[in-house]
Amino acid sequence: MALNVLWLQSGGCGGCSMSLLCADTPDLPAQLHAGGIHLLWHPALALAGQHELVQLLNACLDGSQTLDVLCVEGALLRGPNGSGRFHRMAGTGLPMTDWVRRLSQRARYVMAVGSCAAWGGFSASAPNDTEACGLQFEDEHRGGLLGADFTAGSGLPVINVAGCPTHPGWVIDTWMMLADGSLNRDSLDSLGRPRFYADQLVHHACTRNEYYEYKASAAQPSDLGCLMENLGCKGTQAHADCNIRLWNGQGSCVRAGYACISCTAPGFQDPGHAFHITPKLAGIPIGLPSDMPKAWFVALASLSKSATPRRVKVNSHSDHVVVPPMTRRKPPR
Amino acid sequence: MTRVILGPFNRVEGDLEVQLTVRDGRVHEAHVTAPMYRGFERMLLGHAPLDALTIVPRICGICSVSQTVAAAQALAQACQVQMPPNGQWATQLMLACENLADHLTHFYVFFMPDFTRAVYTHRPWVDEARRRFGALAGHPGAGGAHNRAALAVRARWFELVGTLGGKWPHTGAIMPGGSSRALTGSERVRLRMRMREMRAFLQDTLFGGALEDVAALDSLLALRAWCQQHPDSDLAFFMTLADDTALAELGRGPDHYLSHGAYPADDGCLSWPRGVWHAASTQPEPLHALHITEDTRHAWYSDPPGGKALHPMDGHTLPDADKPGAYSWNKAPRLNGQVIQTGALARQLVAGHPLLHDVTRRHGGTVLARVLARLLEMARIVPLMEHGLDRIEPDAPFNRPHSLPQQAEGVGLIEAARGALGHWLRIDDAKLSHYQIIAPTSWNFSPRDAHGVPGALEAALVGAPMDEPTSSDAPADSVAVQHIVRSFDPCMVCTVH
Repeated sequence: MALNVLWLQSGGCGGCSMSLLCADTPDLPAQLHAGGIHLLWHPALALAGQHELVQLLNACLDGSQTLDVLCVEGALLRGPNGSGRFHRMAGTGLPMTDWVRRLSQRARYVMAVGSCAAWGGFSASAPNDTEACGLQFEDEHRGGLLGADFTAGSGLPVINVAGCPTHPGWVIDTWMMLADGSLNRDSLDSLGRPRFYADQLVHHACTRNEYYEYKASAAQPSDLGCLMENLGCKGTQAHADCNIRLWNGQGSCVRAGYACISCTAPGFQDPGHAFHITPKLAGIPIGLPSDMPKAWFVALASLSKSATPRRVKVNSHSDHVVVPPMTRRKPPR
Repeated sequence: MTRVILGPFNRVEGDLEVQLTVRDGRVHEAHVTAPMYRGFERMLLGHAPLDALTIVPRICGICSVSQTVAAAQALAQACQVQMPPNGQWATQLMLACENLADHLTHFYVFFMPDFTRAVYTHRPWVDEARRRFGALAGHPGAGGAHNRAALAVRARWFELVGTLGGKWPHTGAIMPGGSSRALTGSERVRLRMRMREMRAFLQDTLFGGALEDVAALDSLLALRAWCQQHPDSDLAFFMTLADDTALAELGRGPDHYLSHGAYPADDGCLSWPRGVWHAASTQPEPLHALHITEDTRHAWYSDPPGGKALHPMDGHTLPDADKPGAYSWNKAPRLNGQVIQTGALARQLVAGHPLLHDVTRRHGGTVLARVLARLLEMARIVPLMEHGLDRIEPDAPFNRPHSLPQQAEGVGLIEAARGALGHWLRIDDAKLSHYQIIAPTSWNFSPRDAHGVPGALEAALVGAPMDEPTSSDAPADSVAVQHIVRSFDPCMVCTVH
């Protein structure tokens, strides 16, 4: 039996749906079918709307339609004053929060697609008029719409496929692992994110790693140097495989010359500083690489800065390679 | 007279509800409700100015590049910086890539599947419609050969933004001073191949012939001749369906059209100019952007003192979910107090394209004209992009350094796929102190204003036929309303920013 997936949208931009449609495959429906996934309904792809959709939702609620995976994209808007009226689902007059709460009780798995549905994300940016939160988190605090103790029919808490947007591969891999029964509690990290991508750092396979090694830092956008020291990059702390599993062919944020803002992390939308500027204390970046003792970082940084090859230093302040790597020649015989 | 509530609509971006009063089987009056509030204009306040480039793409997953380009333009004005040519071309390529992808997605994934509905089961073309355009969720194995292919082409196409901008949606590579990603010579030839792939799909499947020949069609008669010569094309098939379902007579919107203008050419002038087109006139008129206002009378926002409609540099966004008489989270934008249509049709009318002028002269701005305008734009955008890619000089700079002002104002007026998009911002003490946005669907799906004048969709829905009920307890429905709503390619998440 294929895994039924129902996908609903609330307080978000729809970008995770749009990203899903960028999946690297010659035939997305065929790929899902082959992976044991059946989209019961998806806002961008389904024909049925209006009363047919409401009928389907009611069938999920009364049990006449099995619901394997409830996917929610977008934050849950609890305002104003807890009423949920900042998003009433069209045609039903009912707050979306109400639909999601009831459907979650019926689903075998509940999946937050994107950081808005996971933690609130940009939809919960200050002043957060809409009282936006995630399904089971509000920023890093457990709770959210469904509560800290919620588990779906399978016994799993909400699966947080966080990202802004999500990589299509993160969503599809999660579905296919659910379909073949290989995703369990150990597959999720402490924030409920699938470990197959959240156990990596954006730093891994970053093309700027040689610049990072020598602290040869970019000074302005379009420079080739490392983005960590000056331009706000959090790739050394950000949980995601963005430079291993690339985006839209060959892309990633840092490969395109702008900072990783750690969009898979709760609370990333309000970092307390300008996104593109690294906050520093006494000239040293505040956010140091994960798991690295500060004294070691400072010692290694000053050592490597003094050892920087000219090639790396020059190129770090250019938008293309000015000094190529040396070609070694065999000595004449 | 009966009252009908339609919604939720899918295959639009975001959530939408339409309330109709029906008389004698036709829509007598329509109220369009955007049922969700988001609050981005208020989130932006107090942020460092360049934070807007990280925040505004998250307004919309389908037009994220457009939002960023509008913000970058407003910030560039505030910072008094001009992009170097490479930065300009790279930015415009990303914008054009998104706009074309949105048109492609609209036609294949959002609009055409409605012709596979049960209400059309007895039409002679329905089997072929299902083979080409069957919906891709909910009905396993239901055909859809052409929308599957379009999705695959679309995914490859976005490798343009993947390379130039790192990812789509939500690239952060577009800045006031240019682009943060220099293109190498080898990447340029690879991206040219992506453009060839899109050209091949459009020529083989959508049009049946060269893009330049499609762009040169100058009348409805010439279009009909093309369809006869290329009967297997999706364009010809669409015209068959359009004739059989009378799309030319369906959903006539207001006769006033706005385009902010798009795609600077080599001389810096816009390839598709900025302006306003009135159906009764013979020349486009210049846009006086100071005459743009937003009215909050029927929106869930506090009215300004005196209830006056305000220019976006003066307007505010203060949600009030209990406001009497309000029925949408969308404000009512007006130009000189007039209701406006915006989108591909407006762009091509202001740009003087003869095919769209002929179609609207005969039938007005209806479903047919709005869909044809998008198809025509796909044929026109690819050659513009091929030219733009050739103009990039890999060794020249892509970004120009600049400082940030303590105090300044900026306006960004650009064209997203769905039409005129404007950002109005003010900087005080080096922070954003004012930010207002008018999105294309804010124009098209506006509620009534203080004078009770309906918005563009509200007007376009009047007269639309309801479906014949299939049984006595069947809920009221109207496939005509579905066609009219989707012919505007609404983006509700932008609308309720």
